Amino acid sequence: MKLGEAMFAALGVAGLAVCALLPLFGSGYAMSMAINLLIFTVLATAWALFSGPTGYVSLATVAFFGIGVYVAAVLGEAWPWPLVLCAAALAALGVALLVGLATLRLRGVYFVIFTFGLAELIRQVVTWYEANHSGSVGRYLFVDIEQRHIVWQLTALAALVYLTGWLVKRSRVGLALRMIGDDEMVARHCGVHTTFAKLLVFSISAMFMALAGAIVAPRWTYIDPTIAFNPVVSFQVLIMALLGGAARLHGPVLGVIPLVLLFEFLSAHFPNYFSVLLGCTFLVIVYLAPRGIVGLMDRLQGGKA
Amino acid sequence: MALIDALLNGLTLGGVYALIAMGLTLQYGVARIMNLAYGQMLIASAFAAYWLFTAFALSPLLGLLIIALLAFGLNWLLYQVLLTPLVRRARTSEALEVDSILATFGLLFVIEGIVLVIFGGNYYNYDYLGRVVSVMGTPLTANRLLALGFAIVIGLGLYLVLHRTRQGTALRAVAVSPTSAQLVAIDVRKAAAFAFALGGGLVAASGTLVSMFFTINASMGVVFTMKALIVVIMGGVGNLMGCLVAGLLLGLTESLVATFVAPGLTLAVTFGLFLVVLIIRPTGMFGKAGA
Repeated sequence: MKLGEAMFAALGVAGLAVCALLPLFGSGYAMSMAINLLIFTVLATAWALFSGPTGYVSLATVAFFGIGVYVAAVLGEAWPWPLVLCAAALAALGVALLVGLATLRLRGVYFVIFTFGLAELIRQVVTWYEANHSGSVGRYLFVDIEQRHIVWQLTALAALVYLTGWLVKRSRVGLALRMIGDDEMVARHCGVHTTFAKLLVFSISAMFMALAGAIVAPRWTYIDPTIAFNPVVSFQVLIMALLGGAARLHGPVLGVIPLVLLFEFLSAHFPNYFSVLLGCTFLVIVYLAPRGIVGLMDRLQGGKA
Repeated sequence: MALIDALLNGLTLGGVYALIAMGLTLQYGVARIMNLAYGQMLIASAFAAYWLFTAFALSPLLGLLIIALLAFGLNWLLYQVLLTPLVRRARTSEALEVDSILATFGLLFVIEGIVLVIFGGNYYNYDYLGRVVSVMGTPLTANRLLALGFAIVIGLGLYLVLHRTRQGTALRAVAVSPTSAQLVAIDVRKAAAFAFALGGGLVAASGTLVSMFFTINASMGVVFTMKALIVVIMGGVGNLMGCLVAGLLLGLTESLVATFVAPGLTLAVTFGLFLVVLIIRPTGMFGKAGA
């Protein structure tokens, strides 16, 4: 098992190194694929950071992602870029703390619905505000950031997510989260401050999502609430993390790579059947690989031993 | 009078919401399947009604009967084929909840995709009983009143079935506790399949009613799922009366907000109201405490 983890770590470092060097020799298309892969790697890993161990299925991914996009759209042209990124992370932190305090005692389906409702609520409020108070629903963002800068920033962010995930997993908080996932009542009786642990990791995960949003915002130039808060993103992240396996740090990326490629292929060749095929893929995953690719790999290894 | 207009509009809208949510409360409360494809099923039946009306000039009321029966059968089949393996696999009710969310989530895309392939992304509507009737000085279209009437009749009928018949009592017993229901010789899986199918029939019926006065589009399903979920959870899962009250409340709130605050904020207020109820009483307004 130790060997496997070392192997995955080495593969991860190699993958990130390729991404970092890509702008020097890759084409525009390769870079755009790399951006897609990196965004979803960050989002799915950040999602699994919280939802993996606790079993709280969150559909609020796009809420935090969209907050990041919007902070970049509003402040991007006025503030220096590093400050914009900090602002995006802080905005997400604020929302995550507020929401987390109120909702993390909801479990199961209530939490799922709540997080989905939250994303929709934020989208509606932003749309309404933009339409009534800032004159137009869309915004333009012109900053001096090229594709290769986005790739580099995202690579750094992905490395940071993995580092954080590794640290969290080794820490007392990580253990606390796994206990909560097994049995929250027992965890509380053992003296785990469950609210604190959940809130901490939920906020960390939200900040990464917002940072990813802020970083890719310049790619679009034109931004409106339907782009920034597209609920499909939450679902895609969920599918990817589940396909890969949310229980391990290296799990989500194993789902991200095949699915990003599959989505790319489907939308290029079967745009009309995209939805049907997406649904079928999802059903196959739920029925055949309930514990994700990681689960399948474990089973194979177990069979050999 | 703007206020009376808003109240009457809110009541008709709320009646429809209540009707839509009743099917989901059966599926979720009794069969324990959190059906995320619910809104897509509604849209699919609305399109079926549209197709029957435009292609065969079949009255939507007759169409309702056909579509609801068909949906009952299809949903029963769906439960047997697709969902029973999940029920078998699940060790706890929570595990089943997560699994059913994921499975029906895939189903959501499949149904929506099929409707998209057949009808495309355009908006459709047709004219049936669209003439305006004046109620207490407020103009309302006849089809909306008809839908409200149907909501009340179906709601009452369902209430009577659940509370006055053996089969209905069995369903309620399963809703309360699937394990204890087995002890009094109730075939839980059969009852759950029946409840799921009944919910499917109800959503098809509400879909055909909705198609009479809403402009429909293939990708609108999510909106209805959300509304239905909000009503179900606010009213307390598995509680028909709660459904009715929460549905009317939601309709009234939306209509009042649209009239007196800003039409663009109705959805935001809906979600706001829902989130508040969820935080204060996670089991719904009429739900069992501590469940």
